[in-house]
Amino acid sequence: MSTPQPQTHQQAAPAPNWQPAPGTTYTSPIPITRTHLGHALASEWTKIKSVRSTMWTLGVFLLLVVGIGFLVAVNTSDNDYADVPYTIPAFFGLILGQICLITLGVLVVSSEYGTGMIRTTFTASPQRHRVLTAKLMIFFAVAFVVSALAIAFVGLVTSGLHGGSSEVSWAGTVVKGSLYVSLLGVLALAVGSMLRHSAGAITAMLGLVLVPAILPAFLMISDSLRTVGEKMMEYNAPNALARIFEIDSESGTGGPQLGLLAGLTAAAIVGAYVLLERRDV
Amino acid sequence: MIEVAGLSKRYGEKLAVDGLTFDVRPGIVTGFLGPNGAGKSTTMRMMLGLDRPTAGDVRIDGRHYDRLTDPLTHIGALLDAKAVHGGRSAFNHLLCLAQSNGIPRARVHEVLDTVGLTAVAKKKAKGFSLGMGQRLGIAGALLGDPRILMFDEPVNGLDPEGIHWIRTLMKSLAAQGRTVFVSSHLMSEMALTADHLVVIGQGRLLADTSMADFIRENSRSYVRIRSPQREQLLDVLHRAGITVVEAGGETLEVDGHGSEEIGELAARHRIALHELSPQQASLEEAFMQLTAESVEYHAHAGPALGDPPPTAVPPPAPRRSWGDDWKKG
Repeated sequence: MSTPQPQTHQQAAPAPNWQPAPGTTYTSPIPITRTHLGHALASEWTKIKSVRSTMWTLGVFLLLVVGIGFLVAVNTSDNDYADVPYTIPAFFGLILGQICLITLGVLVVSSEYGTGMIRTTFTASPQRHRVLTAKLMIFFAVAFVVSALAIAFVGLVTSGLHGGSSEVSWAGTVVKGSLYVSLLGVLALAVGSMLRHSAGAITAMLGLVLVPAILPAFLMISDSLRTVGEKMMEYNAPNALARIFEIDSESGTGGPQLGLLAGLTAAAIVGAYVLLERRDV
Repeated sequence: MIEVAGLSKRYGEKLAVDGLTFDVRPGIVTGFLGPNGAGKSTTMRMMLGLDRPTAGDVRIDGRHYDRLTDPLTHIGALLDAKAVHGGRSAFNHLLCLAQSNGIPRARVHEVLDTVGLTAVAKKKAKGFSLGMGQRLGIAGALLGDPRILMFDEPVNGLDPEGIHWIRTLMKSLAAQGRTVFVSSHLMSEMALTADHLVVIGQGRLLADTSMADFIRENSRSYVRIRSPQREQLLDVLHRAGITVVEAGGETLEVDGHGSEEIGELAARHRIALHELSPQQASLEEAFMQLTAESVEYHAHAGPALGDPPPTAVPPPAPRRSWGDDWKKG
């Protein structure tokens, strides 16, 4: 290599008078640690539980899912549950509640960009991919556990109120329902990491959830756009949740919808990783 | 030890940092000086691996920043603005940093104590004053007890007590054998704390010199004279072989001769003097002159210690790419 060699720090060059004698370099008593993902997970766990926005978004989420679920359960009769699962009252709360998880997912990363905390974070952990991985894992775990508990709780309350009227097993709806809304939140986190802006990322995610639910009504008017409209109708987020909760038992249990969201989320995560390594902070 | 070699950063058309090469050595406070917009913060961000250099290289103790697995125990940095989530308490802010580097929790209490924030450890950082915010930033920098410390404009907006505290802290950290690198746009501040100076302007290295040398070379001392018999005095001084600078009005300035010599000379020739005063140009003026020149000539290489002049190679012509003309149209 013929590149100009940066000065080596073995004091071979004539030492100017201000240079300290060799051996005076400070040695810290703190032991050297080889950090790994576990350290990043501990750090992100501290972060997510130490800000109020987590409590707010999850609190409102629980209030919506459990509150609306309870109201629906109370105002329905036993024969409403003849061929639907007991968790169905949770569906109505989740339609609104998913917005809370989207907001939290975005905030987990974009609030760091908004406050400048991200510079401190990446100074402490220059392995940026590790930070994003830890954020994704911690957020997904929190969102999945909280939504699964909420849906299961609504299912238990409903089965208590209308015992013996439903034959449909509802364990699958708890898993798939919470998986769907948690994945929406993870998608929001990835979008937040790419856009780095809270309001922008939340707006983008709301558009993604709401536009395919509203637009088909207009697309159906035109013959040429009818198929597009039908696909949107089939795969939009509220409809996906409706299928997962088997509101109409003939149209499947939301498998393709869940698959589409998983694929979209995976693509967004790949995009977030690529941009994260490429961009300046 | 921080080694910066040929570091450049381009933002679109603008070259924010242009081929910087210098070393920051342990055991002393190195001041990083330049006017606002000279590229100090950009350079520091590149040192911390936050921004990717367009060209060149930074090594921390011989390694690239992103190769450090526990960077906080190597280098601690106080960044310019509050780089803190305001909704998090001081303790939790430091705790999540400590955890990411495998630093024991007890150390968080220690640094809070060091910077005097123990009483407000559970308070949200949002409510902190500027001084408290700086202290929290410094606590974060000290968390890993690192060998290298970097402060970006640490005294900005602080009250005199806070400024004094930071100065003392930086000196004591250097005295322990650590590398201390501190940026500022105020020469007067640097004169009080730094042992070594790295001066940049327009992203280029202007000087890399010890503070003592900088003062010796840049503080011009001269004698200011005012006299009603101006022409006569000029004659006398000229005959004595003393160079005089006419500095506007009836003021004359003489370099390199004592006021005693000139006073006695004037007395011998019976010339009345209204003023005879030794003057010293401030370091601030010297600094401003140095950085002003960088704007005009782009190639004022300071007495770089052992380093090749950073501007020996002419800057490359701005690269043209397709679409350039389109932008103009």
